[in-house]
Amino acid sequence: MKEDLSKTIEGSFHIVGGDFIRAGEASTALKKQLIDLGIEEETIRKVSIATFEAEMNIIIYATAGIIRYTITPEEITIIAEDMGPGIEDIELAMQEGYSTAPDWVREMGWGAGMGLPNMKKNSDIFRIESVVGEGTTVEMVIRRKKDDHSRNSREA
Amino acid sequence: MTIAEIAERLNLTPVTGEEYLHREVSDGYVSDLLSDVMANAKKDCIWITLQTHENTVAVAVLKEIAAVVIVNGRKPSDVTIEKATEQKVPILLTSRTAFEIAGMLYQLLHAEEIQS
Amino acid sequence: MTVGEIKEALNATVVHMSVPEHSEILCACATDLMSEVLYYTRNNSVLITGLTKQQAIRTAHIADIRVVVFTRGKEPDAQTLELSKEKGITLLITPYSMFTACGILYEKGLRCCPE
Repeated sequence: MKEDLSKTIEGSFHIVGGDFIRAGEASTALKKQLIDLGIEEETIRKVSIATFEAEMNIIIYATAGIIRYTITPEEITIIAEDMGPGIEDIELAMQEGYSTAPDWVREMGWGAGMGLPNMKKNSDIFRIESVVGEGTTVEMVIRRKKDDHSRNSREA
Repeated sequence: MTIAEIAERLNLTPVTGEEYLHREVSDGYVSDLLSDVMANAKKDCIWITLQTHENTVAVAVLKEIAAVVIVNGRKPSDVTIEKATEQKVPILLTSRTAFEIAGMLYQLLHAEEIQS
Repeated sequence: MTVGEIKEALNATVVHMSVPEHSEILCACATDLMSEVLYYTRNNSVLITGLTKQQAIRTAHIADIRVVVFTRGKEPDAQTLELSKEKGITLLITPYSMFTACGILYEKGLRCCPE
């Protein structure tokens, strides 16, 4: 059970819009890093899901984007910033089941209007800012719950 | 078994096409991919899905599907309801999951088969 | 139900087995939409899906799902197979439709994952 978390760890991933072949690779890489750091299972699950949804949104809607992460002993922050069409009505976009995704995205198993609700559900702090025609930035903070160490013993 | 009987047994709430619930149901089909339903769903089946999009109505009409059951407490949009009403497609709602509704409907249809 | 029992009940072909057959599966999720998987599933659950693509394996990996069943006998492409091995996801293929697969497993007592 190694915890090399005395200092802040930072990193980022560049995401290319429309790249369905590599979709999920950034989140998978982040998940692996969190497992290697020995972070508790429930926190990893939340961060992985929230990041995966953010990554998919960039791939589906934007031209390009960047996902930055900061890991501290207390919390994990994910900032996903994209160059995309922006969101006209954020309140509407936050509703479960609301989506503007085209049919081909639906046929890939995405675009059913659960992405943003899923990000919010898994975050302790969730912020979203969007400018139509410019892009969207989502900031998610997941606080660590260190009493759960169940992953360390069984996940590789 | 008719749509009405199934709706009663599984506690489904009809939102459109209530006048067509006497239709006989042949089978069930679970899918959230329209292309898959287009390719594989059989006539007179109940289509179990999470999709609330208006295009589901067109698929249901083309494939002569008996009724669409939308699961997980999802609500169809106004456009979907409008199109379903116009196209005489019964839509029924439930808060249960696709797995559960499929499991329960399978048992209902199966029990009927054994009896007859 | 155990992974082995699910395999038997669904008359499934094993594409890749990464857990012992006696591993217990607590609940099931049947969908083709990946956000739904991320929203509802728990550890030790089985994902039954008609989305026989890499995305299903990636989603299973992110959501800590160890067992995925592809329906209607759809063979995955080489990349999907490779990814399931790489991520340690058990991958089964059933000849049954999603409806029948759910019906059979429900009859055997498996239930859906709680919200």
